[in-house]
Amino acid sequence: MQVPARFEYERAQSVSHALALLDRHGPESRVIAGGHSLLPMMKLRLARPEVLIDINDLAELSFLGVEGDELVVGALVRHAQLLADPTVGRFFPIFHDAERVIADPVVRNRGTVGGSLCQADPSEDLSAAFAAVRATAVIQGPDGEREVPIREFHRGPYETAVEPGELLTRLRVPLRPGAGSAYEKVERRVGDWPVAAAGAQLRLDGGVIAEAGIGLTAVGAEHFAAPGAEEYLTGRAPGEEAFAEAGRIAAEDCNPQADQRGPVAYKRHLAGELVRRVLTRAAGRAAGRAGDRQAGE
Amino acid sequence: MQITVTVNGQPYTRDVEPRLLLVHFLRDHLALTGTHWGCDTSNCGACVVHLDATPVKSCTVLAVMCDGHEVTTVEGLERDGELDAVQKGFAECHGLQCGFCTPGMMLTARWLLDNDPDPDEGRIRETISGQLCRCTGYENIVRAVRWAAGHEAGRAAAGEGAREGTRT
Ligand SMILES: Cc1cc2nc3c(=O)[nH]c(=O)nc-3n(C[C@H](O)[C@H](O)[C@H](O)COP(=O)(O)OP(=O)(O)OC[C@H]3O[C@@H](n4cnc5c(N)ncnc54)[C@H](O)[C@@H]3O)c2cc1C
Ligand code: FES
Ligand code: FES
Repeated sequence: MQVPARFEYERAQSVSHALALLDRHGPESRVIAGGHSLLPMMKLRLARPEVLIDINDLAELSFLGVEGDELVVGALVRHAQLLADPTVGRFFPIFHDAERVIADPVVRNRGTVGGSLCQADPSEDLSAAFAAVRATAVIQGPDGEREVPIREFHRGPYETAVEPGELLTRLRVPLRPGAGSAYEKVERRVGDWPVAAAGAQLRLDGGVIAEAGIGLTAVGAEHFAAPGAEEYLTGRAPGEEAFAEAGRIAAEDCNPQADQRGPVAYKRHLAGELVRRVLTRAAGRAAGRAGDRQAGE
Repeated sequence: MQITVTVNGQPYTRDVEPRLLLVHFLRDHLALTGTHWGCDTSNCGACVVHLDATPVKSCTVLAVMCDGHEVTTVEGLERDGELDAVQKGFAECHGLQCGFCTPGMMLTARWLLDNDPDPDEGRIRETISGQLCRCTGYENIVRAVRWAAGHEAGRAAAGEGAREGTRT
């Protein structure tokens, strides 16, 4: 039987209350959201917080919707909520593609977007998806809010820009009219963590790629991104050859480790192939949306 | 610490350690052993219960997190001595053999039908994909859920017909 070590439990009533509790209890306290990463670690005694601060009542962190020209995703938005939201599906199919293959429907009822990003597991799917769309993380601490580009948010395995005493409150994702996006993952069985996974967003302008975003997870890509491949694509015409070459560059630039999910060469192969596939699908979706717009005009 | 959790409509107040998991609160403190405890690692789904009408894996939820909330277990599926349509479906279609996975399967199935009264086979399989059954091969579980869906649809239609009948 797996039982966590003893701890004290506090339930936060608001963001400021959560911050006050974090301040009062110091570095040995930890917030708990869905608990689907933290509790398993506590059961294995890989984590031993002395105080847990429950943020599940903070409705202010559950906001999901478009504000101005951005999609705002509250840290406490559950995986299931992101997957069910039609606006998210319309503007960012990458999130729906990813959520469909994260864990299983029951785990998705509980796990949160903020918990996933803060956990910073090197195989986290949403880290790659948010890296692809170049989101901004909003972090709140005792001295107020600060913003961190998602590609500076993850500092290494299980390490983020969120300092002790701070909370991740939401993600801001710029809407890019006419852009298309996609996510694809190879897993050993349904609901498992990825062997490798990739996400991409493409914005086309005048027949060339104006902006490319590529996210990679589980293959040791720094900040879950593939900047070399993005740079290669920018300004080029979209097409099979360009996408295959981008995949080759991304595969070369990442740094997978061999483990029970596969050897290095296999993971590198997957990284290249998945990047090629998501770029192709993202371009198709971008073309579809451009068509929609013209039809509507 | 003292918590009050409403389980199957009845409030229970107990003094518990914060590290107590919901599955053990239900089984060891409330003697509701219908909720099974399997892998302990949120993989098998034997421990699924509804928390505020949504299925969760109770081995990965703290009992204290449920203070002031509502939990439904397999014991709460039947109403007024009558089994839920999902329970009847499992009985009719041989949806279980050893029964270890069954309470969790039925609670997830109940939630599915509450949100989609006529799910196809693919939808059913996807919804229970986080729950393992080592006996049935899932085939009869899918049949059981389809049976429940068909039965409830029939009952709802009959109910409407009866109401209309009294009106005319
Ligand atoms: C069976 C299973 C399968 C899974 N499969 C996948 C998968 O295929 N792909 C994948 O990507 N993930 C997978 N996951 C992980 C899942 O996505 C994450 O566990 C979960 O979403 C983390 O969110 P949480 O709300 O449960 O976080 P918690 O466990 O509550 O927290 C995780 C960490 O983040 C911190 N934290 C949480 N919220 C905040 C906040 N707002 N501000 C600051 N710190 C915070 C906590 O202190 C803790 O350190 C799986 C999990 C399980 C149990
Ligand atoms: S015991 Fe909870 S998922 Fe297996
Ligand atoms: S009936 Fe035995 S595990 Fe499902």
